[in-house]
Amino acid sequence: MEYVLIIISAIFVNNIVLAQFLGICPFMGVSNKISTSAGMGGAVVFVMTIATVFTYLIMHYILIPLQIEFLQTITYILVIAALVQMVEIILKKVSPAMYQALGVFLPLITTNCTILGVAILVIQKGYSLAESVVFAVATALGFALAMVVFAGIREQMELVNIPKAMRGVPVALITAGLLAMAFMGFAGIV
Amino acid sequence: MNHLTNFTKGLMKENPVFVLVLGMCPTLATTTSALNGLSMGLATTFVLMLSNVAISLVAGLIPDKVRIPAYIVVIASFVTIVDMLMAAYVNSPGPGGEPSLYDQLGIFIPLIVVNCIVLGRAESFAAKNRVFPSLLDGAGIGLGFSFALTLLGAIREILGSGSVFGLQLLPKSMNILVFVLAPGAFIALGYLIVMVNKLKK
Amino acid sequence: MAKASTLRNMVSVLLVITAVSSASLGVMYQLTKAPKAAAEAAKQNFAIKAVLSGYDNEPAAEAYKTASFDGGDSLVCYPASKDGKPQGVAVRTWTTKGFSGLIRLMVGFDTEGNIINISVLEQRETPGLGSKMTGAEFKDQYSGKHPARNNLSVKKDGGEVDAITAATITSRAFSDAVNRAYKSLKFENETDH
Repeated sequence: MEYVLIIISAIFVNNIVLAQFLGICPFMGVSNKISTSAGMGGAVVFVMTIATVFTYLIMHYILIPLQIEFLQTITYILVIAALVQMVEIILKKVSPAMYQALGVFLPLITTNCTILGVAILVIQKGYSLAESVVFAVATALGFALAMVVFAGIREQMELVNIPKAMRGVPVALITAGLLAMAFMGFAGIV
Repeated sequence: MNHLTNFTKGLMKENPVFVLVLGMCPTLATTTSALNGLSMGLATTFVLMLSNVAISLVAGLIPDKVRIPAYIVVIASFVTIVDMLMAAYVNSPGPGGEPSLYDQLGIFIPLIVVNCIVLGRAESFAAKNRVFPSLLDGAGIGLGFSFALTLLGAIREILGSGSVFGLQLLPKSMNILVFVLAPGAFIALGYLIVMVNKLKK
Repeated sequence: MAKASTLRNMVSVLLVITAVSSASLGVMYQLTKAPKAAAEAAKQNFAIKAVLSGYDNEPAAEAYKTASFDGGDSLVCYPASKDGKPQGVAVRTWTTKGFSGLIRLMVGFDTEGNIINISVLEQRETPGLGSKMTGAEFKDQYSGKHPARNNLSVKKDGGEVDAITAATITSRAFSDAVNRAYKSLKFENETDH
């Protein structure tokens, strides 16, 4: 039950992009096509899960015993950057097909604030390792869902004649606003 | 190089939010009121100035291949310092028991690390320029960011809560609730950029 | 400009940079440790003072945890006393039934379990609707009531609490958190009910 609550809340009610405003850059930047946004979503699910496990273990088995929790931000960002590089190298060797699909998105992920954000959030919320993993996967799925839905809308919008000053970013922001409003309808289901 | 343009370009011509559309996460998340927007902007400005100065000093000594991780470490250090200072000095609850400024900005303070504006300026300006122009560049871009956040915060606050910087201007009955909620952030920023685009012509 | 990269200078430069920055962070940490702890303690005392009065001890120093009656996160209790005589207890309680999930309250009880006052520590309810629970008009209804003698559920459910207009879920959640605090605590001098 606890896990179901975490999952529904992270995907729908507190959607990381539309309710918590993390990961707006990729949300705006790579959401022109459904296929690319699905690729980005997949890469985020992959990296976020691994990164959360690693940072959780580092926090609880290195930083806290040594009483240097104040190095959290600096350690996390380095671990994430290194992890992304490693994932890229390993994926290239082990599964070229998957690398083909996700490879181009991996370098972009280091500066995706959802990864660092979720790694910090699970510590703040005091989750256990299992809860953290569930939370990370669900949050990433929520990110992927928002990306794909948004890309679907933007693909349709290419056919629309939009006033010149509104083209590009402004109309994307306003669309995202309407999408966020729709997601607010999920509030109250947990 | 003209020092004045280094400083002023960030305010309007290269405004990080309105023109370059960078740093969207804190822009949308922390602008529920003008004061929150301004505080977030100033915290970022502080990090930008210090990291620009530090990076312009050490850039010549850093081997090319490790420059990004090196910059990130420098930036993360300054961000942690800001986080510690804010936890210590702007962490008391308001008179009505509302959460402290530090609690309101919450997770977005450590996330200044991944704000693309900071790393972007380090890479594209500070690494190639001397200390003083880098300082001005950091201050200008930072203040431009603060200006954008304060403006957006003020618009959302007046539409959503009828006040600016906590000063009640409109009666509660005229509040448009959605502007302090998540969708209002997207919509307000969208229309703000439309207006900037119009004004530019 | 940038130097050529050899393994030796890459490793040494990164080592120096991380060493310098962790050292400076360590110094900063020591400098801000005391004011930060003071700010946290002040925040806690502020919340306790809002729900209890007339005590002369340091409730935060005597804080203890108690298990929630139905499992889940434990509650933190801050006992208040005057001249060594117990005056009541402030309880940091929670519910996950809010419209946007988690709500944390601080509830002050006297020694018999009557509610003295309540303050809201953490909530993400809809501004203008559910967020009205932080206002006196709603939460002061609970003051002076006793969770065992008064039915502290909303009127719709047969209780005596006026729910916030258009925010029944929030109001129910609020009562849930208050009842959790009462049920998880053992009151010694309880009167019959």
